Amino acid sequence: MSEQELKSGPLEYQTEDGQLKIIGFWIFLAAELALFATLFATYAVLFGRTADGPTPGELFEAKSALIMTFLLLTSSFTCGIAIHEMRRGSKKGLITWLIITLILGLAFLGFEVDEFITYVHEGATIQTSAFWSGFFILTGTHGLHVTLGVGWATMILIQLFRRGITKVTSRKIFVVGLYWHFLDVVWIFIFTSVYLIGMVM
Amino acid sequence: MELDEFFVTGEPLIYGGMVAIVLVSSAIIFILTYFKKWTWLWRDWLTTVDHKKIGIMYILSALAMLFRGGMDALMMRVQLAFPDMNFLAAQHYDEVFTTHGTVMIIFMAMPFLIGLMNIVVPLQIGARDFAFPYLNALSFWAFFFGAMLFNISFVIGGSPDAGWTSYTPLAGAAMSPGPGQNFYLLGLQLAGIGTLATGINLMVTILKLRAPGMKLFKMPIFSWSTLITCFIIIFAFPILTVALALLTIDRVFGSQFFTLTGEGLPMMWANLFWLWGHPEVYIVVLPAFGIFSEIIAAFAKKRLFGYTAMVWSIIIIAGLSFLVWVHHFFTMGAGAFVNSVFSISTMLIAVPTGVKIFNWLGTLHKSKIEFTTPMLWSLAFIPSFVMGGVTGVMLGMAAADFQFHNSYFLVAHFHYVLIAGTVFACFAGLIYWYPKMFNHKLNERLGKWSFWFFLIGFHVCFFPQYFIGLDGMPRRIFYSAPEWFTLNFISTVGAFGMGVGFAIFVYNIYYSLRYSERETDGDSWGVGRTLEWATPTPVPHYNFATLPEHLGYDAFMDMKENGETTYDKKKLKHIHMPSNSGKPIIMMAILSFASFALVFEWVTLAAIGLFGGIIMMIIRSFDYDEGYHVEVDEINEIERTARGLNNE
Ligand code: HEM
Ligand SMILES: [Cu+2]
Repeated sequence: MSEQELKSGPLEYQTEDGQLKIIGFWIFLAAELALFATLFATYAVLFGRTADGPTPGELFEAKSALIMTFLLLTSSFTCGIAIHEMRRGSKKGLITWLIITLILGLAFLGFEVDEFITYVHEGATIQTSAFWSGFFILTGTHGLHVTLGVGWATMILIQLFRRGITKVTSRKIFVVGLYWHFLDVVWIFIFTSVYLIGMVM
Repeated sequence: MELDEFFVTGEPLIYGGMVAIVLVSSAIIFILTYFKKWTWLWRDWLTTVDHKKIGIMYILSALAMLFRGGMDALMMRVQLAFPDMNFLAAQHYDEVFTTHGTVMIIFMAMPFLIGLMNIVVPLQIGARDFAFPYLNALSFWAFFFGAMLFNISFVIGGSPDAGWTSYTPLAGAAMSPGPGQNFYLLGLQLAGIGTLATGINLMVTILKLRAPGMKLFKMPIFSWSTLITCFIIIFAFPILTVALALLTIDRVFGSQFFTLTGEGLPMMWANLFWLWGHPEVYIVVLPAFGIFSEIIAAFAKKRLFGYTAMVWSIIIIAGLSFLVWVHHFFTMGAGAFVNSVFSISTMLIAVPTGVKIFNWLGTLHKSKIEFTTPMLWSLAFIPSFVMGGVTGVMLGMAAADFQFHNSYFLVAHFHYVLIAGTVFACFAGLIYWYPKMFNHKLNERLGKWSFWFFLIGFHVCFFPQYFIGLDGMPRRIFYSAPEWFTLNFISTVGAFGMGVGFAIFVYNIYYSLRYSERETDGDSWGVGRTLEWATPTPVPHYNFATLPEHLGYDAFMDMKENGETTYDKKKLKHIHMPSNSGKPIIMMAILSFASFALVFEWVTLAAIGLFGGIIMMIIRSFDYDEGYHVEVDEINEIERTARGLNNE
């Protein structure tokens, strides 16, 4: 692992170590894709297997799902701006937009937790039926990823405050940004294949 | 929970196991303390991030697991040697075949190969280390603690007993209460995450850290097989992660994925398991193919015949491996159409495999073979593996499988491919690269004894099982009927023959450590073709003083012809190296504690452990250790001693 300096490209690509970690993270995302694909397949296979419990049509609500989608999509956008500010070398801009991103992420999580609590009150838990097991695990895994993302980005935020934009912090921000966009993409699939289809069927 | 529920009681064999564990652990602690080796152990091994040392730790653990799995095998064979044996009761037999299968595949075969990859791949491609040395250490400790967690199940809490496939609903909470099955789920989960990380790590290493000028299609074949294996790992292991997690949640938190209540689908487990499980078979056999290719070319002293065809056949096999999983449950009612599709896809795999066999034969054709032990293992592999492969095609015919399914015919088949493929390759590779790891060879005479015992024992053990299977003996039964006696008895004799072969192998390690000549030349066998033989022995911790450049296929052959080495005093620059770290072992110890708590469904304790793991990640995130530099003078000194150039 040499710290060989490379001339061109954005800051995060300027060390060999930075390049390796970014490629490694892309490959990790491929594995994450396989993980979510498996969860989606599981959900699809268990669709409609609600036993005597509630059905998705009875519980899913367009409004909260739409708000959640809006929050997460916006956060992906603000995350993009944060990276843009980083490229411009503006520490203040980067930190501001990153914090906005995190707040949107937290709001998303708030709605998700609220939704889960409502469902549980209406009698749909992971134990109710295979369908609800599939639902909670698929959306819950995504939610858990978002939670981890928030925690992770917060740690990097602290490092940013202390060290500013360096070759290392910029790489960390860039990677967490990739992760955040990835979660957004997964959410779009959840929104269509879980909420939209669930409400229609 | 009562203490006597915590410890497994009532079985003399298990009391024996407990005593053995206590004795061995006390002996180890005593020796380390007596010889004041604790700091050495911690500083040089437990905290190391050097891929060569990590590889050695993988291989040592895998050998220990081979011993454990082998003891299980012998116990089963003793029970089946005579009709009406009372050596293992039914329940105990179930536990033993479950742990045997799981240990062999997850904790022996895969780590053994990953160990060899760790040691060899960076050297073969001319790299100084893995792309992520710290992550590499983390992966090792994940595997190690996963293995430990799984292994203590037989004295604490009780072993899993639903087979290594753990089919639901049998493996669910209703029919397998107690911690046994949880050990399986969490032990595999920990080890599996380590494997996934290794897959990513090696893939980046191979893609990005090859020596300047080494094109992909000039890369040694073992590195190629590793690269493709990583690809399989990256897409197969997340499936296992999900399957294990879902079953864990079913068992511990009462969800309904695989249950019969709540409209869950037990068949979904079979699908998920084999969607991972069949590719897994290729994860343990493709690297083996790579090892054989290297050894056959080296000792036939010829360029590997059909290199490009070899590479493409590996790629095609990897792709097909994801499309055949249903052949593991042809008899579970999928219907004629589905069965036909998977029958055909299964048999297609024979085509690229056949290509490989012909290429090995082509390499041997008209060559001057040198019969060293690694070569013997490789030569023995070819016919043995063909016998396993042909019976595999027979099993792949869906209609015929209704006859063979879950009989000893299957047991014979998969041992033929797994042992002839993977285990022979592990032995061959270990012996071949041994001088690179330990600075001396294994004794050839003892090596040949162990080879013949193992090879003959292997055929005596498993060949009769094809016929026992055709006679109708099912797998996974603890009872052998009188009409199967003769063949079963022969089979058991063979099993002990393999046991003797393994014992000689282990003795050889000790013997050679004491008596073998130390190496003076990096190219120990004198037939090395690839870059790992260009390094001096022992390999300096930075591998290459100066990176070789502009490499053709068989790079080291070219270097030998041109009288070059990988040490060019004029080009020396300081080398950056990562620092050792105790964090990987600590973090994995904490996570394995969390897993242990979850095995007993102590959820709060598990949560605390998980929290500890997160703290460790945060600590790592704030860690800005940038390693250190090896300075030019030091490199000069090391290379001069290693290459015997002292009076320059
Ligand atoms: C060393 C010689 C070995 C012997 C004598 C042996 C013997 C056996 C026996 C008696 C069984 C149980 C069959 C039954 O009752 O259904 C078995 C199962 C199995 N063995 Fe081996 N085995 C050996 C090596 C290996 C190796 C090296 C591997 C893998 C790399 C392996 C993988 C398996 C698997 C996956 C099962 C199935 C377990 C299950 O049914 O859940 N074995 N073996
Ligand atoms: Cu298969």
